[in-house]
Amino acid sequence: MLRKLVSPFARLFEFQARTHYRAERHSMALTIGIILAAGVGGFVEIAPLFTIDETVEEAPDMRLYTPLEQAGRDIYIREGCYACHSQMIRTLQDEVDRYGPYSLAVESKYDHPMLWGSKRTGPDLARVGEKYSDDWQVQHLIDPRAVVPESVMPQYAFLLNAELDTENLPDRLAALRAVGVPYTDEQIENASADARGQAMPETDGADGLVERFGDETNVRFFDGRRDRVTEMDALVAYLQILGGLTDLPAETQPAREE
Amino acid sequence: MMQRLTGAERQLALIISVLTLLSGLAMAAAGRADPLGIHGWIVVLFAGAVFLLTLGSIYDPEPREDRAVSYYDDPTKVGLILALGWAVVGMGMGVWVAAQLAWPDLRFDAAWSSFGRIRPVHTSGVIFGFGGNALIATSFHVMQRTSRARLAGHVSPWFVLLGFNLFCIIAASGYLMGVTQSKEYAEPEWYADIWLVIVWVVYFVLYIRTLARRNEPHIYVANWYYLAFILVVAVLHIVNNLAVPASLTGAKSYSAFSGVQDAMTQWWYGHNAVAFFLTAGFLGMLYYFLPKRAERPIYSYRLSILSFWGITFFYIWAGSHHLHYTALPQWVQTLGMTFSVMLLVPSWASAGNALMTLNGAWHKVRDDATLRFMMVAAVFYGLSTFEGSFMAVRAVNSLSHYTDWTVGHVHAGAMGWVALISFGSIYAVVPLLWQRETMYSWKLVEWHFWLALSGTVIYVFAMWNSGITQGLMWRTYTESGTLAYSFTDTLVAMHPYYVARAVGGALFLTGAVLALFNVVMTIRHAPEKRPERDYPTSSEATEPAVPAAE
Repeated sequence: MLRKLVSPFARLFEFQARTHYRAERHSMALTIGIILAAGVGGFVEIAPLFTIDETVEEAPDMRLYTPLEQAGRDIYIREGCYACHSQMIRTLQDEVDRYGPYSLAVESKYDHPMLWGSKRTGPDLARVGEKYSDDWQVQHLIDPRAVVPESVMPQYAFLLNAELDTENLPDRLAALRAVGVPYTDEQIENASADARGQAMPETDGADGLVERFGDETNVRFFDGRRDRVTEMDALVAYLQILGGLTDLPAETQPAREE
Repeated sequence: MMQRLTGAERQLALIISVLTLLSGLAMAAAGRADPLGIHGWIVVLFAGAVFLLTLGSIYDPEPREDRAVSYYDDPTKVGLILALGWAVVGMGMGVWVAAQLAWPDLRFDAAWSSFGRIRPVHTSGVIFGFGGNALIATSFHVMQRTSRARLAGHVSPWFVLLGFNLFCIIAASGYLMGVTQSKEYAEPEWYADIWLVIVWVVYFVLYIRTLARRNEPHIYVANWYYLAFILVVAVLHIVNNLAVPASLTGAKSYSAFSGVQDAMTQWWYGHNAVAFFLTAGFLGMLYYFLPKRAERPIYSYRLSILSFWGITFFYIWAGSHHLHYTALPQWVQTLGMTFSVMLLVPSWASAGNALMTLNGAWHKVRDDATLRFMMVAAVFYGLSTFEGSFMAVRAVNSLSHYTDWTVGHVHAGAMGWVALISFGSIYAVVPLLWQRETMYSWKLVEWHFWLALSGTVIYVFAMWNSGITQGLMWRTYTESGTLAYSFTDTLVAMHPYYVARAVGGALFLTGAVLALFNVVMTIRHAPEKRPERDYPTSSEATEPAVPAAE
């Protein structure tokens, strides 16, 4: 019985060993063999993700990052925040209880690259948007231990004095459109002004921004400074929109009854 | 070193360095207002140094050695020193980032010194700087010996080695300036990625051309692994780094993929960087240096074949186990978990093959710290692949993911397996290459061994404790059904383990410093001895490259 079960495998190994014995005399045979053997898995797992429609949910209300939020996202990447903060709430009860509805694929549909993360030295940030006030975020970034004494997070006080470079934003949005984010020509052209407008309420810039990105857009003095638009503005604007791009997770996952 | 190159080869080197220098200037000019410009100047400096070095000896007499009867080891020698240099830098950064998690104010009041910016300097420094240089250097050594043929080219090995180190420097300096794609272990931006592709193609061509010269009908098992390392890393690197630069005058680019597809591509890359950079390449090292040092033939040729193709085929599927319970479709998660578990078979076949090879040589393991490095590396390889398969099981992963358990697992592999096999191989090959009797000090090798082993054990135990503790605290509920611990509660509980981890890392770093010192002293002070039979030949009468099976 056992012999019968094992014999097909034994024959397979025998075949493999013989084939290999011939192949290892030819470097190109090995090369082709390696590429074929290593190619299968990646192809089977990755290619269908682009073609199967159910992979990413439909969320008609899904909105885009404004230029200021995108600039904040770039700063988040620049400072390596993703090394300690995930943006992916798993489908586990304790995570939903701690952080909110589990993350859906559609929420990072426009995230180039995704920032799901791999380690939580700090808490998950997928739904941190509007959980704390702008002022709390600013104080926490300036000196985390002044707000949370146990924190091991680095200080980012320099962001408050770093003027945000808005000149490069049209290029950045255009590159994002090239990889699939549906920014309009208008949104790209006005990206610099819109970024400044978002952090300067009641100016023409702010009005233009709302016109192009919708009434729901947060327009505030994010960092509290009224004199100029800083990197702190951008980062806080980004943090405050995390989890707020679509209402789909909240709609499809009703809160648990206590 | 230049004296071994012919006049034509020196001219070629000169032309390549000028071309590199010009592209550096172009980068510096285009990216004036951007970190890209600083990288341009780094390229100019690097290529300029190579240019001056070459120019200085351009009129030296032609080499008189007979190239047919010797191996070309100069690039290997430089590569080994660079590997040890990067080891000290990368591990030093590791100790610093570890200490920052225990004492967060242990940094400068400057943006570049934050955890987020220096952590990739540590990871890239050890993986690419230390690991990559060790792989390139040993592959040059091993392919020549197992083929009994000299390297096919004298400029291209330098191009590969120096080009790769330029990539490492661009990567590390970029992180400090905030230049990163955020993709773990693939952080460098588009221009560095393009440069690495060029370097890698030259590496592959050099490898294949050297194999084509071999005086052996069969390609030895170590070379299968080095070949898989070169080929698959190229594919992974190119696909995962597909991106559109925001402009040609700046460093910033945006990944071609987004969201769930980007996550899958990233972890397909990330896990197979472990598979083909940190496993396949180092198995190549193991399959050559362990039997050579033990003077025993590989236990089983069949087992080598089984494990080689098993690793090549199964590993690629495993990446999705990094994304359990996420928005990645369940079917991909299940495939990743299944293949990760199956992967244990070829992994243990390799580890077992290595350990069985030592049968009959265990007294050498006892007496010779160099061989003991390799033996313990094989043991850690077996342990961490078991742990990896275990952690890929969905239920286990629900606890371990996002915690320090993952960090501990990675370091069991990186310190216990990758670093130990590299150190063992370096101690084995340095006296041969520099024609020395032995290492300068066997006592220091012995010290290094125990420092490295105890450092690894302390590190891994600290991370097991912190990871499992934190994972359990996150999911603990009170009797009334609310979460028992806030996030900061769990962070406070981590502190003692973070201190222990920094201590373990510091011990390991000390060992690496001793290794660098010992190697330098061996080169400078150890008594000379010409090795016997270390030259290319087609004669069957000479000693085989590795001990043949009885």
